[in-house]
Amino acid sequence: MIEANGGKIGRRKLLMRVGKAGAAIGACGLASYLLYDPTGPEARSETKEPAILPDFSIPREAGQTISIVQGQDRVKTIYKAIELLGGIERFVKPGDVVAIKPNVAFASPPILGATANPQLVAEVVRLCYSGGKAKKVIVTDNPINDPTSCFTLSGVGKAASEAGAEVVLPKPHLFRRTTLAEGRLIRDWPVFFGPFEKADKLIGIAPVKNHHRAGASMSMKNWYGLLGGRRNIFHQDINTIIAELSMMVKPTLVILDGTEVMMTNGPTGGSVSDLRRANTLIASTDCVAADSYGSTLLDLKVSDLPYLAQAEKAGAGATDYESLKPARATIS
Amino acid sequence: MKIVTTRRISQVFFFSLFVWFCIVATVGSKLWQLRGWPVDWFFQLDPLVAVGTVLTTHTLYWPLLWALLTVALTIIFGRFFCGWVCPFGSLHHFVGFLGRRGKKLAHKVELNRYRKAQRVKYYVLVAFLALAAFPSAAATLQVGILDPIAVITRSFNLVLLPIVDSPTSFIFVSGRFYEGGWLIFAIFLAVVLLNLAIPRFYCRFICPLGALFGIIDRFAIWRIGKKQRECVNCKLCQRDCEGGCEPAGNIRISECVLCFNCLDSCKHDVIAYQTKTSAAGEVTNPDISRRGFALSLASGLFGVGAIRLSNKLGSNWYYKVVRPPGSLPEEEFLKRCVKCGQCMRVCPTNVIQPAGFEGGLENLWTPVLNNRIGSSGCQLNCVACGQVCPTSAIRPITLAEKLGVNEFAEAGPIKMGTAFFDRSRCLPWAMDKPCIVCEENCPLSPKAIFTREEFSTVRDGIFTAKEFRGDTIEIVENNLKPAKFAGGDYYCVVEGSFRRKIEANSENSLTISADEQFRNLAAKSGKIEVQVRLQRPYVDIERCIGCGICEHECPVSGKKAIRVSAEGETRSANRRLLLER
Repeated sequence: MIEANGGKIGRRKLLMRVGKAGAAIGACGLASYLLYDPTGPEARSETKEPAILPDFSIPREAGQTISIVQGQDRVKTIYKAIELLGGIERFVKPGDVVAIKPNVAFASPPILGATANPQLVAEVVRLCYSGGKAKKVIVTDNPINDPTSCFTLSGVGKAASEAGAEVVLPKPHLFRRTTLAEGRLIRDWPVFFGPFEKADKLIGIAPVKNHHRAGASMSMKNWYGLLGGRRNIFHQDINTIIAELSMMVKPTLVILDGTEVMMTNGPTGGSVSDLRRANTLIASTDCVAADSYGSTLLDLKVSDLPYLAQAEKAGAGATDYESLKPARATIS
Repeated sequence: MKIVTTRRISQVFFFSLFVWFCIVATVGSKLWQLRGWPVDWFFQLDPLVAVGTVLTTHTLYWPLLWALLTVALTIIFGRFFCGWVCPFGSLHHFVGFLGRRGKKLAHKVELNRYRKAQRVKYYVLVAFLALAAFPSAAATLQVGILDPIAVITRSFNLVLLPIVDSPTSFIFVSGRFYEGGWLIFAIFLAVVLLNLAIPRFYCRFICPLGALFGIIDRFAIWRIGKKQRECVNCKLCQRDCEGGCEPAGNIRISECVLCFNCLDSCKHDVIAYQTKTSAAGEVTNPDISRRGFALSLASGLFGVGAIRLSNKLGSNWYYKVVRPPGSLPEEEFLKRCVKCGQCMRVCPTNVIQPAGFEGGLENLWTPVLNNRIGSSGCQLNCVACGQVCPTSAIRPITLAEKLGVNEFAEAGPIKMGTAFFDRSRCLPWAMDKPCIVCEENCPLSPKAIFTREEFSTVRDGIFTAKEFRGDTIEIVENNLKPAKFAGGDYYCVVEGSFRRKIEANSENSLTISADEQFRNLAAKSGKIEVQVRLQRPYVDIERCIGCGICEHECPVSGKKAIRVSAEGETRSANRRLLLER
């Protein structure tokens, strides 16, 4: 409240007012000084600190890099395949946080085989908890179709949560920009980072599928789901991007499901007639080896999938899976 | 308990129920998701939707039978829906209450007096119903523009919910976007803020549903009125009168929204809710002038012609109006759609969008597919939109009908349109770059997009061989970008026919899996041509259903290189492309 004073102002009041005015101008000046930008913005600035995915791999052991199990029942074959590699205890330590990345790319029912089999995903979750004594298991993907619909229709969402896993959908804040140091394509690119940031182990689960552009979509192509942004532009150089993904992602274990193989019309499928029963399940710490074997299920050769050789050259794994002495078993 | 307290409880209950229905219109099986919640219930209770569709289609779609309950209760009790149930009315009620708080009695009485302009809503109603009753096949249902349930559903679902959810992405994982949502928001904001000028502005002057109730409540058995003619004329009864119906004098029954504030404020027990006629006299009929009625009737009757001057239902139909699967033929569709936005709300991929004016005036806020918005095109295994359409403008189809299987095998799948390649923008067609993302994502089996393999010589792609060393050809030129041809899509050709895949290249060499024959030929001619292997995509018009997933995924992200338009949609025989199915 300002009192009427016949238009006069006291000395004291005037000084007070001058003081306040000075302080206000000074504050503005200080703020300007602190915020001063002498150059203006750059044309385009890259992220200063790219997010780098942790290395989830575990030490190699001879004869326990890749296992190939024949059988119809995924629950049995996955147990055997992991057992042949030394059991789940080798991969998951008590108290670990395990991230599982199944292929849930499409809003398609499990019978069509376009997505990771829900029972298989659930069984791996259970193994992580029961044998591996994991603290927490996360099941996550950044699908092509609508994420919620993909997790619902594929059955993976329900199966995973019933087995006790936390299903993480690709919300925008979970993406960070990354750069693959030795890469040509993955430069300052958004990746689905959030669920993996605090994980101790990473397990990939992918079906074996025909893919018209890449030849085949298996455990390496499964990492495409980690890419964010307008990732479709990488189809111009599909082999290089898949090879770079295998360099960027160093999983603890990959599970390649060839129980039913999508022979035609991939990677979406859409009809059971696109599938063939091959009754084969592969577990491997080397996704190049797993996919090299997987290509045979699609009647392909390693040379038909150039990304395999590229990944091998980059040191991501071995295309000559036989040299790794696969552990084999058949379950009747 | 006082009757106004009961009324407030009812308003809070129905408003909360309405908000709950907005939230749960999310595809999913959790308690807060769609499961079986009757999210269309307010539309079913809404007699304007029922009357409108009856006029356009001459049938009463079965869920709209609920409106009979509302009509019966209104005939018995008066406009209870406005004062006790309508969520939009409750919102106006509350904002109007906030706006006049602390004002003096005389000011409040002035705010809540009757105004001649309150007749406007009856003209709005008459014009809408005349449009709907146009006595030929050309009728159009436009009540949804101003129907209060449609307005608030559209505003909450398409604007407020996405805004409120945006910081947390709790309901919408990938965010929610609605083309032209700003207009819906602006209208909503305007009519809500108008309550500060005059309480229940929308209800008193605009609402066509209120007008309909105002017409039918003339027979109301119970009504507000004075027990005796004389009173102290303190005007307390008009202090908070929501309808602006002047209970102190000749009460206007058709304007009364049954708020019961007059009953509550009268200190002398003069006001009552009674079967008797008010002792001070009452006006039962709406205050409509003959001239005004005739004018609004005429504007409705001729309105159809005016709306359709652009010939958007004829040869000038707009090809981007791609309707959701199960939509009726366009004329029938426009007789039923109330522009409520439920289909746009429930669509899991956010591909269904409110139309603007580009498809014609009457197309405003009707559902169209925009494949550039949202998380995907129209998903193959989804029929959610038809399940929530309150008037069956989009029929509640089954998945079998959508896909054309089982008993629908003969009819074939529902096509929403057809995808067309723009070869001037497509990477493999226009720029010799491999791509076929569209083919990869086509959800059909066999796919509607197929490819033909072609080899195209790259620009400046003729080189001269210098020397062979194992698998490596050294070339005379010395300016290649290392690894440029290493991606597995590039091939070497020598004159004649031999083609070998390039595995790597340096500035002046190409590494191929060369055999003796290739080397001999190359050494002879000296010329080596580098080609790129392209899979050039085509649309199989007989298979394409126009789902738009290809368009959504196309990496040419501005104006897409494959775009769906409505030609070939199965709902309209006159837009087909194929000679036979």
